[in-house]
Amino acid sequence: MDFSKIYALGLRHIYLISNSLPRIVDLIYWPTVQIFLWGFISKFFTLNSDYYSNTVGIILTAAILYDFLFRVSISFNMMFLEEIWSRNFTNLFIAPIKISEIITSLTLTAILRALIGLVPAAILAIPLFGVSVFKLGLPLLLLLLPLYLFGVTLGLLVTSGLLRFGPSFENIAWASLFFLAPLGCIYYPIEILPVSLQILAKGLPLVHIFEEMRNILLNNTVNYFDIIKSISISIVYFIFGVIIFYSSYLGAKQRGTLINMGE
Amino acid sequence: MFIQIKNLSKIFKNNLAVDKINFHIEKNKTVGLLGPNGCGKTTSIGMMLGLIKPSEGEIIIDNKNIESLKRNDILSKINFCSPYIELPKKLTVKQNLEVYGRLYGVKNLSERIIEISEDLDIKNFFKRKTGELSSGQKNRVSLAKSLINKPEILLLDEPTASLDPDIGDFVRSYIQEYRSKNQVTILLASHNMNEVERLCDSIIMMKKGKIIDKGTCNEIIKKHGRNNLEETFLKLARSRDGFQ
Repeated sequence: MDFSKIYALGLRHIYLISNSLPRIVDLIYWPTVQIFLWGFISKFFTLNSDYYSNTVGIILTAAILYDFLFRVSISFNMMFLEEIWSRNFTNLFIAPIKISEIITSLTLTAILRALIGLVPAAILAIPLFGVSVFKLGLPLLLLLLPLYLFGVTLGLLVTSGLLRFGPSFENIAWASLFFLAPLGCIYYPIEILPVSLQILAKGLPLVHIFEEMRNILLNNTVNYFDIIKSISISIVYFIFGVIIFYSSYLGAKQRGTLINMGE
Repeated sequence: MFIQIKNLSKIFKNNLAVDKINFHIEKNKTVGLLGPNGCGKTTSIGMMLGLIKPSEGEIIIDNKNIESLKRNDILSKINFCSPYIELPKKLTVKQNLEVYGRLYGVKNLSERIIEISEDLDIKNFFKRKTGELSSGQKNRVSLAKSLINKPEILLLDEPTASLDPDIGDFVRSYIQEYRSKNQVTILLASHNMNEVERLCDSIIMMKKGKIIDKGTCNEIIKKHGRNNLEETFLKLARSRDGFQ
């Protein structure tokens, strides 16, 4: 891997963001709206629900973590879509950069984009609602890691679809996360799901991450086994995502869709 | 032979886009690739760029089969310019050249960017976003990107399409000048016959995925009994199967 090329591709997206104030505002705007919305919902539940009465901000913490996943995935997709929208796709794929370097660059830049939006929102939650996600301490990083990997995986799967089906797959890019959200048990315990769906849900890392988040906040203990399980599942999905991406790339070469791909 | 194409074919589903074409290009020569729309020019270029996988045949560059080379080894020596692809519109001209210079691993990049921008007269809109430029300006920036790595092989797909005569002439003159000063092998796909006559050492004519003729411009014009390349092109394009 040539890190100067990974940096070069990342630089393209850093320039894109830094050249446009509306883009920076857009990155910060949505997570902030989310924080406000879930902050008030969280406050209401805290005052009116026995389940949440012991832990202020459990929903808000879940919202922040889910938004991190959402931002990572959307950022990955957006950066790929930017190449299609700007008709730069061919230039990118004829440059001497390996597919693994493209994936690495998108993966690293995605977290940067996600953090630009989420860190100010998470900081804002402290004075506004008295909720600090940072209070989770080291386990926060361990929960963010599988979320990051799974967000990138979803990004890889959607971009594979873009390579396979072209720009018409764009709508799926936006819908992909909402499809998995009900099974992720983000705001409720897994027991709420019907038994058949519980089996499916356990196959996703999200359940283990959010169950563990609730465990930490409610019981003040950390179950590292569950965290390792969620990281392991995320790694398996990530490897699967990379394989699908490579196979879509090879398929696109076969079909000739890499040339002149654009809106 | 610097570039050798052997029995190259591409089938998309049931459509034979390129049908067992064979040609070669000597080092530092400029060859024109001509033919009506849909004749397989872009597909052939796409295969040479590694964007399209051939169904059959070989592409040999400097005695090496490109399938056996590492992708980056070959792509670092090639570049491509076409008005049908664009650079990121929201980045400034300088930022685009910097990003692509880094992607191509150009040494002394700042100096190279200054050099190419002075040559192509793009320095005065260096800080403007690429999407805000006129067609002629965009075209020169795109050409600058395609030369940023001083490619050994330059593939040009209609480099002066949609340009006014003045800018078109500037681009053609620049390509001529660049070629005379640098070691570069050029494959030029164009519908502008004057451009082809001016720039190319020889031409390849394609129709329906096949090569129907090749040689120098004068040889082909003479062979078909026409006065210029435009008339020859029309004769071949309108003939029933194109073969003589």
